[in-house]
Amino acid sequence: MITTRRLGADPRRPISIAILAMGGQGGGVLVDWIVDMAEHNGYIAQSTSVPGVAQRTGATIYYIELYAQSHAKFKGQAPVLALMPMPGEVDLVITSELMEAGRAMLRGFVSPDRTTLITSSHRDYATVEKVVPGNGVADAQAVFELAQKYAQRFLHDDMQALAHQSGSVVSAVLFGALAGCGELSFNDEAFEATVKRGGVGVEASLRAFRAGAASARQSFKAQVPVNPMSTAPQPLPARAASPEVEPLRARIERGFPQPTHAMLGAGLQRVIEFQDVAYGSEYLDRMADLHAHALRCGDAQNEYATTVEAARWLAVAMAYDDVIRVADLKIRVERFERVREEIGAPAGEVVGTTEYFHPRLEEIYGLMPPGLVTWIESSPLVRAQLVKRIGNGKRIRPHTVRGHLTLQFIACLRHWRRRSLRHVNETTHIVQWLEQVKTLLSVDYQLGLELIRCRRLVKGYSDTHVRGNSKFDRLLLAANLLNGRASAADDLVALRKAALADTHGEQLQQRWALLGLPEG
Amino acid sequence: MAERSFAAEVKQLTVPAGTLFRGDGILAVTKALLECGVGYIAGYQGSPISHLMDVLSDAQPILEELGVHFEPSSSEAAAAASLSASVMYPIRGAVTWKSTVGTNVASDALANLASCGVTGGSLIILGEDYGEGSSIMQERSHAFAMKSQMWLLDPRPNLPAIVKAVHDGFELSEASRTPVMLELRVRSCHLHGSFMTQANIRPKFSLRQAMENPVRDTSRIVLPPAAYLHEHEKIVDRWPAAVRFIEERKLNEFFDGDLNDIGIVMLGGMYNSVQRALTAYDMADVFGNSRIPQYVLNVAYPVIESEVLRFCEGKIAILVVEEGQPEYHEQNIHTILGRAGVRTTIHGKDMLPRAGEYTGLALKKGVGKFLARYYPAALANAVPLGMPTVAAQAAAAQVSRQVGTVGQIPFTSTAAAAAATATVMIGATELSSVVPVRPPGFCVGCPERPIFSALTLVQQDLGMHHIAGDIGCHLFAALPPFNLGASTMGYGLGVSSVSALNVAAGKRSIAIMGDGGFWHNGLTSGIGNAVFNKSDGVIIIVDNNYAAATGGQDILSSRAENEHRSTFHPIEAAVRGVGVEWVRTVDHTYDVNRMLVTLKDALTSDYKGPKVIIAQSECMLNKQRRVKPQVAAAVMRGERSVKEKFGVDAAVCNGDHACMRVSGCPSLTLKSSGDPLKPDPVAYVDDGCVACGHCGEVADAAVLCPSFYRTEWVRNASAWERRLHGWRKTIVSWFQSRQHRSLNARALYSEKL
Repeated sequence: MITTRRLGADPRRPISIAILAMGGQGGGVLVDWIVDMAEHNGYIAQSTSVPGVAQRTGATIYYIELYAQSHAKFKGQAPVLALMPMPGEVDLVITSELMEAGRAMLRGFVSPDRTTLITSSHRDYATVEKVVPGNGVADAQAVFELAQKYAQRFLHDDMQALAHQSGSVVSAVLFGALAGCGELSFNDEAFEATVKRGGVGVEASLRAFRAGAASARQSFKAQVPVNPMSTAPQPLPARAASPEVEPLRARIERGFPQPTHAMLGAGLQRVIEFQDVAYGSEYLDRMADLHAHALRCGDAQNEYATTVEAARWLAVAMAYDDVIRVADLKIRVERFERVREEIGAPAGEVVGTTEYFHPRLEEIYGLMPPGLVTWIESSPLVRAQLVKRIGNGKRIRPHTVRGHLTLQFIACLRHWRRRSLRHVNETTHIVQWLEQVKTLLSVDYQLGLELIRCRRLVKGYSDTHVRGNSKFDRLLLAANLLNGRASAADDLVALRKAALADTHGEQLQQRWALLGLPEG
Repeated sequence: MAERSFAAEVKQLTVPAGTLFRGDGILAVTKALLECGVGYIAGYQGSPISHLMDVLSDAQPILEELGVHFEPSSSEAAAAASLSASVMYPIRGAVTWKSTVGTNVASDALANLASCGVTGGSLIILGEDYGEGSSIMQERSHAFAMKSQMWLLDPRPNLPAIVKAVHDGFELSEASRTPVMLELRVRSCHLHGSFMTQANIRPKFSLRQAMENPVRDTSRIVLPPAAYLHEHEKIVDRWPAAVRFIEERKLNEFFDGDLNDIGIVMLGGMYNSVQRALTAYDMADVFGNSRIPQYVLNVAYPVIESEVLRFCEGKIAILVVEEGQPEYHEQNIHTILGRAGVRTTIHGKDMLPRAGEYTGLALKKGVGKFLARYYPAALANAVPLGMPTVAAQAAAAQVSRQVGTVGQIPFTSTAAAAAATATVMIGATELSSVVPVRPPGFCVGCPERPIFSALTLVQQDLGMHHIAGDIGCHLFAALPPFNLGASTMGYGLGVSSVSALNVAAGKRSIAIMGDGGFWHNGLTSGIGNAVFNKSDGVIIIVDNNYAAATGGQDILSSRAENEHRSTFHPIEAAVRGVGVEWVRTVDHTYDVNRMLVTLKDALTSDYKGPKVIIAQSECMLNKQRRVKPQVAAAVMRGERSVKEKFGVDAAVCNGDHACMRVSGCPSLTLKSSGDPLKPDPVAYVDDGCVACGHCGEVADAAVLCPSFYRTEWVRNASAWERRLHGWRKTIVSWFQSRQHRSLNARALYSEKL
């Protein structure tokens, strides 16, 4: 949306600008720039803020009022400028992050008859979003939709990315966006002169400023950005990259309906990478069996939801997280490259990593055949020696010869994996789960489908994994208990959400009681 | 060295008279002090006046040249007591702190000072930490002025008015022999504006003269019978003198308006916001030309009887705008008008909120009610106001707490919860459950984080304990993700706040105190008290080199050279000095395992008596500020240096976020898994990482997850290092290409999109 509005012409009221930023985003610098620019260009400027302890990562609101000196001279009086934004009377709201734009709206600073809202659309996640065991990320879509409704003019772009590309910080891009929005009566030279007067990191700041200004002049992105957390599988290729995998690819194409191909491809890739081609075959066997059953229960009428979800979660279950897989992932050549780029080192530089491994006795047992575990458990002396060897964890450096060989050795245990205790346990668990899914699908399609999705709870290593597993087992039990109720599937969804909301399962427990499920 | 340098700003302090000075409220006050010929300044840092202390520290050479003595005091009480130099000697002194907390601490000295009276002007600059952004209990400093009969200035919030108040304050203090308080709200301290300067002047009477020519007068010592005399002096001599001065110098302001039968009385600090509320009803213009007469109390205390009577003459009603509670002005004006038999109706807290900050919206509503009653014509064109919707009220209601014994009122009623959020949930209330709260937390790389991670892990083992917090950054542990700490009773009082929990029990109490609080008073009120009363508790002292929460000011135990102060006094020596036998210093808090073992030892040890753990690592914010430029310069010079950063392997991480629940590091955040099989976001370390190593340590100590790694980049590596790296690469690459071939043989996709 293009505007011809020029603020500051009305002598009855000052220009009102609210800025919402978080500690470390340079909100203070942005305010100083605006004030300095205004003072150098015929305006009286007043700014305030309430930083308090907010500089320690909290959110801060800055407020600026600008009033043309010419108006004041004409009247022969100095204006009385306010120290805080009045809801409904703010001209410009600039926020350094998407949820801060939401906060500005919540606070009433953004009004449809007056306010231009300029925001960076990137997210800096708050602690409350991060600590959720599942996906606790706030609903960005809601903020976008309401911004269209509440703001007279809404300008947004990923200014963090623009800042990053310019080697600067988001405040410089926001300053550019302010210039680009064209509502203040200062030209680009005035803006740039201000940045130059600041004298710190001028070149990078100017690059960021220009990026922001250009972005605002193109009216930013017109469409709502896609959910940054969404992940979709890539289409099944026409041919497998490896001839050995091709028969399996062809089997997907032949044996399963088209809408399930992409996810089956992703699943297949995961399990063969995890183990071998034969394991991929096993995966497709299980999938074929389940798919056939699901079809009889009405999968086709449900857009093959069961098959797609099973393709995902069976692959995750079969490619469980163990030390072998971790070692395998840590030594890959692509990873070495990625790590080097992350720290910003050019190719050829001396870059290395230190890996934090801390397997517990259980994980070591997991690598052994069941018989050996029984033997160790019966011999306190051997057990004690083993515990001592594991100690307080290992720091491994995969760029060194010794570290690399250690991890290579562990990764090679892949060939041994199928005989390990862990594999035996996991397989038993998977088979039980699939059987239960099939049983439930026959009586209540939706309940069976939701039970597949419950696999999402199983994740992590050590304690985390144990906790997830026990929650999963509870949901397996719940599914059987709920079977027969009209609301069974919805109830199971509610239980799953509750289980993902906190660590120790307090919410799961509450929901459990609420549904009147028996204890025990 | 403080967190922020004002070296550039302080240059403005020496500009010649008649210069247009641009800066914030704090800097303006500093300049005004010098213009007033102040002889000494003392204080204790804390928002919103931390910057005043920092500016003065950075202005040390200027102060010395002018003959002004500056002292960062060990507490507000110490600062207040320093005003004793102005009792007998004609030296102007100024002190400053965060209020009301600092005034609480200082009030013993202030009460004595106010009793005996002063000769030299004594100014107490209060950073009134009230309303949005405040970090303390919500109270008014006004009561302190009233109880001790000191005068309280609350100037209009613009730089010329604030500067004038400093000048007036010293003169008023001298004219009435009474200490004067100058109240600056948070926004005024951080207010950018301009004013015209006067010349700095040297103190007329120096501290040296005082020391070399001592004077005493028993009547100026708070001892009977002088103490009885002082009370009468206050009423008979000092009060009338103050009233005379305030009247003659017209410190309070009258603004006329054509609607003569009504009026508004307000604190000076409320002036700008009231004008903005009036403009909403076209009752004033942007220059403050008002249709309603206004009486602005730049002197909040004492209230001048004659001025009140003059203002109310012929008025049906007035509105008293007085932020916070209780409503001292309203009551005082009632008394004045009642005694004089004036029938003006007095409105105030009946139309404005009884509690909470007077935001623009609150004032707009209050003024609207007043106009509706006495000048309804003003409301003809008024825009309807946003009101909290049902949704917002419901969200607020979730805050209410129904905890307590039978028959007790709830801690927070639904009504109180709704009132507290009324001013922050008025717009898009659809978002009240969407927008996440962002409370302050530990910075990236904070050395305090691992202490609380260790404490979390210890409690997983030994069960929950009663943990007392204190004031300081460490109090952020009370918030997510740590949720540790049950109370805060005041600065340095963390340890004494568990003193009652000192009986035989199956668990020990844990008290936390920062180094700032420790030196403020915790050494005596906490540690000394625990030793004397044979406490068996565990005490954690967070020693991060600075008073970190207030901006990184040096303290006794700072481990940095400071030209003007004496540092390097270890906390351990002080603790042992007052009789603690069980002391463990953990000099690298990032070692979570060591922290964990030490905490466990303290909680389970057979030793009976206070157990003190000193957790010692430098504040990362300050360390980065110090080290970053040094490293950059070294790299530029071609010196070898190792850059470190932490990372998470997205493929290994599976999105449980357990690491975040024991860390809360801002740079440990979320990103898309990029994996269609993993719908939950994975952990990700962003560019802010300073490689403190905590996430890796905690993943290790908590046996969490192998996704973490530390990257090391050797900048300007030696020839030998490069050669070694080359050899390693050759061997490693051979294995990697083998692995690569094997992966290719198992690949479905020729290219991952």
